[in-house]
Amino acid sequence: MAHDVQHYNLDQKFDFTAATKKSIFTVLIIGAALLVIGIVMAMFGGHHEEAAEAGGHAFHWYERLYANLWINNVYFTGIAIIGVFFFAIQYAAQAGWSAPISRVMLAFGNWLPFAGILMIVTFFVANHDLFHWTHAYLFDKNSPEYDKIIDGKGAFFYWPMAKGTFPAFYILRMVLFFGFWVFFFNKFKKISAAEDQLGGTSHWFKMRSWSAYFIIFFAVSSSISAWDWVMSIDTHWFSTLFGWYVFSSWFVSGLSAITLMVIFLKGRGYLEMINENHVHDLGKFVFGFTIFWTYLWFSQFLLIYYANIPEESVYFIERLSSDVYGPFIFVNLGMNFFLPFLILMTRDAKRNGIFLKLVCTLIIAGHWVDFFLMVQPGTLGHNGGIGFMEIGMFLIYGSSVTLVVLGGLAKGNLIPKNHPMLEESYHHHI
Amino acid sequence: MEKDKNFILGVYDDEDVLLHAVSEVRASGVKIHEVFTPYPVHGLEDVLGYKRSRLPIAAFLFGMLGTTLALTMQLYMMRFDWPMIIGGKDHAAIPDFIPVTFELTVLLAAFGMVGVFMVSSNLKPWAQPRIFDLRSTDDKHIMAIDIANNTSMEVAKIQEILKSSGATEVNNKSFE
Repeated sequence: MAHDVQHYNLDQKFDFTAATKKSIFTVLIIGAALLVIGIVMAMFGGHHEEAAEAGGHAFHWYERLYANLWINNVYFTGIAIIGVFFFAIQYAAQAGWSAPISRVMLAFGNWLPFAGILMIVTFFVANHDLFHWTHAYLFDKNSPEYDKIIDGKGAFFYWPMAKGTFPAFYILRMVLFFGFWVFFFNKFKKISAAEDQLGGTSHWFKMRSWSAYFIIFFAVSSSISAWDWVMSIDTHWFSTLFGWYVFSSWFVSGLSAITLMVIFLKGRGYLEMINENHVHDLGKFVFGFTIFWTYLWFSQFLLIYYANIPEESVYFIERLSSDVYGPFIFVNLGMNFFLPFLILMTRDAKRNGIFLKLVCTLIIAGHWVDFFLMVQPGTLGHNGGIGFMEIGMFLIYGSSVTLVVLGGLAKGNLIPKNHPMLEESYHHHI
Repeated sequence: MEKDKNFILGVYDDEDVLLHAVSEVRASGVKIHEVFTPYPVHGLEDVLGYKRSRLPIAAFLFGMLGTTLALTMQLYMMRFDWPMIIGGKDHAAIPDFIPVTFELTVLLAAFGMVGVFMVSSNLKPWAQPRIFDLRSTDDKHIMAIDIANNTSMEVAKIQEILKSSGATEVNNKSFE
């Protein structure tokens, strides 16, 4: 009944048991093994045809490794930052229902420092193999390879340095974004921890202000990071919708990860105050934002298809008419729209852990495919595809992120015990 | 006795009392016809034991109808009735049809849902509303019990149950 007084254990901490760690490590090792198989296969197989190719530069197996690193860097950075973003949204919107699970969202931010380091290191290691615009000759007017379009975009990467030297502006943005994201994440963590100690509503108000600042910063930085990290791979091509498209892909996979984590914790006996009403709300978010992603995907596709301007449509021609990537366009739509849409449509499915587990897993794998389709065609061309290397790298990254996130979660109180809206959350009823 | 004519009304002041009263009255074997409240009371449909509405199924079916209608309409127009080449595309350029398909799906789902709701709730424009107690639009919760549905129990007994469940008044109401 709505007005009974409940007594929950608010001091519970997530116990990161050795058994859980062991099973995550097992996945990590399986991933590493698959990756090694993939690398060995790429090193010794399929070399001859590429060497015979006239004109284009020879393909090396490590390019595929770099592309995989980049896909997972971008994808898991997104999941991590969406955890922080969704946390901030709760405060900015003054939401009460989500109070007990807000620490779960915030915990995803623990991956951000790792993601930032990996991203910068990968950029410098992979360089030419991922980003065509890093070639200096593109900006040299006397070179036969001079590219007028890329030269026009050069300042966006190289300012204030000379074009073709060191991409100062690009690196500055990367450092700035990760720096501020980690700063905001730490700020939230600090305020949240202080609230546990001292109580009162002042921390909540403070958090709301900082959340608003973060959301403003994230609105700009999420779009620009999408151009920098993903769109610049296809350097000639551009889409004005791309920032939002990448953001929506991040958002729905981040929401799925949060939902999976909540269901996992609930299954372990934590978060007793979370019932099917809260799970229903998470399910609605996942359901709604799969449609949001589809809406943006399709809006981008339809305008390019309808207008049929060569410099725009090349992006989809490269993918749709390719034997390697063509089928995955439809896999992408099936996994990220049709299946979640039909499975999660009814109310009962959104309140039922099994359906949500199924759909969230599907979406997390599906949006990896989405990023695979953004990165690989522009970097590897017909040498790409989904093989052992892709699956192995995804498992390695996925299990590392899980380790880091759960490790961060185990450090503090699982529930913000002095959150002023906890009581409201207990009585959440929809 | 004729159904849907003669009612016993329990009048309640407080929503908490009402919620407990509904459970008590139902537990004592009395079948409740309807409860009228001035504002939505959380958890009332649970204690009344209402089944979930089947309206979403109707919405889904009408939505599917909209999808089918839109696709067949556009295919017929653009491919068979008056084929035109637009932007160098195939006559049956399915991606072009999606926006219209989406809109018709939403439109028919919404209209269908409203229509089904009106029919199932008897909200015809010419329907005469039956007012059990005017105060249910102000500050009182009214529990209506159809006497014809509770013939196994004496009227006085039902009135007694209502009184003991916390009703401030127990009235009778008959409709023509």
